[in-house]
Amino acid sequence: MSAVETRVPVLEARGLVKRYGVVTALNGADFDLFPGEILALIGDNGAGKSTLIKALSGAIVPDEGEILLGGTVVHFRNPLEARHSGIETVYQDLALAPALDIAENLFLGRELRVRGIVGTLLRLADRPRMLAESRGHIADLKINIGSMKQAVETLSGGQRQGVAVARAAAFASRVVIMDEPTAALGVRESGMVLDLIREVRARGTPVVLISHNMPQVFDIADRLHIMRLGRRVATITPKSHTMTEAVALMTGAAASQGKGA
Amino acid sequence: MAFGTIVMTRFAVTYHLNPFLAIALGIGVCLAFGLLNGFLVAGLRLPPFIVTLGTLNIAFALTHITSNEETIANLPDPLVFFGNTFRFAGTTITYGSVLALALTLVAWFVLTKTIGGRHVYATGNNPDAARLAGVRTRRVLLGVYATAGLLYGIAALVLVGRTGVGDPQAGQSANLDSITAVVVGGTSLFGGRGSVLGTLVGTLIVGIFRNGLTLLGVAAIYQFLITGVLVILAVAVDQLSRRRQA
Repeated sequence: MSAVETRVPVLEARGLVKRYGVVTALNGADFDLFPGEILALIGDNGAGKSTLIKALSGAIVPDEGEILLGGTVVHFRNPLEARHSGIETVYQDLALAPALDIAENLFLGRELRVRGIVGTLLRLADRPRMLAESRGHIADLKINIGSMKQAVETLSGGQRQGVAVARAAAFASRVVIMDEPTAALGVRESGMVLDLIREVRARGTPVVLISHNMPQVFDIADRLHIMRLGRRVATITPKSHTMTEAVALMTGAAASQGKGA
Repeated sequence: MAFGTIVMTRFAVTYHLNPFLAIALGIGVCLAFGLLNGFLVAGLRLPPFIVTLGTLNIAFALTHITSNEETIANLPDPLVFFGNTFRFAGTTITYGSVLALALTLVAWFVLTKTIGGRHVYATGNNPDAARLAGVRTRRVLLGVYATAGLLYGIAALVLVGRTGVGDPQAGQSANLDSITAVVVGGTSLFGGRGSVLGTLVGTLIVGIFRNGLTLLGVAAIYQFLITGVLVILAVAVDQLSRRRQA
């Protein structure tokens, strides 16, 4: 464990505070994510998981504290800036446009342009190139979908989430963040998405995963970041603690024993 | 559209403005209405239905105020150009129809081939997803409303050409007719689905339908009634088929 701790975190947060009126969603939260790992973010409802994720992905700006990417302080004012820095987020509610096809969804917001002056002037979409590259991205993650011209609404829930994950993985140079990627899925489809997450890690991109599903988290995560009342109460591994102990930390039944206790 | 016709004919006839300037002014007024719609919907995030209903009434009132309820006649040539005809393959065709077809092609090209066009579909289909993916959805909305305004202006010019006068009563059924045409052509009122080709077919269906009713001697007021029924039917078919899919 100590060997891991000495490495420079890919993404790090120090003392984040976020208040919404009288509610303090984040109360001095720390966070770190190391290269090549799957970090699960767990905590009870209202513990601040989502707020922390939003701060890391640029969806909100924290009131206090700092975020470091690869050791450098960054200030994301919106999700686009975070994305430009290489942080991609898969949102819980499957943020895809159902009537558009897979290739269009993969490249939504960063379409490839036809090369040359005409393409630039008319902002022509380079559909053949996008179809070809989409095929590559989908195949990279071993997702089983035949045609990139299929509308997303014709896909199963698991396949759709596959497209969302593929989009994040294809464009994330530093970090992929996933907010409850299996919440809406059945058992088999969840398994498929978990395999995808492992595949993303295998390709070298660390993953932050929010989940409520304890067995799933213990199955897939390298480390668990436990939140309670707006701050990190412990960082554990599936080997160092049992599920019961993790739940006790989440609910406050067990006192915080500090990092990696 | 009616307001656009009044503006361009009033300035050209009553104030003897250069006809081309008058046309530009008429189209400009329509564009301004489109931009106003866009600003209210995309900028202030007001419900589009209410905004467009409001601006429709404003334009309707302005049309009648500025026209004094009179039909403006004796138009200079450039204003009625699109009503002129030529013979092609044994039929008489107006330049207005050619313009409409050309615009249809442009619309098809922009919507299917350009990145901006695809963003229009994405924004209509799932605005949140589009925004999170980095599409500037407000700018897309504003652009769409502004383009619509520009097209009202062009429609006004073609309408003036066809009727040869600036008529404050003009195009009163165009509103429902165009909605019917678009829905019959397969466009979803919930956004993000539809095609230019479908709209062309829908327009032809509604146009031929109306023309047929007129030729049969059906009174205008009954045509309104029938169009009203038709639009509800078209929306019902759209709804029921989507519900079955879901």
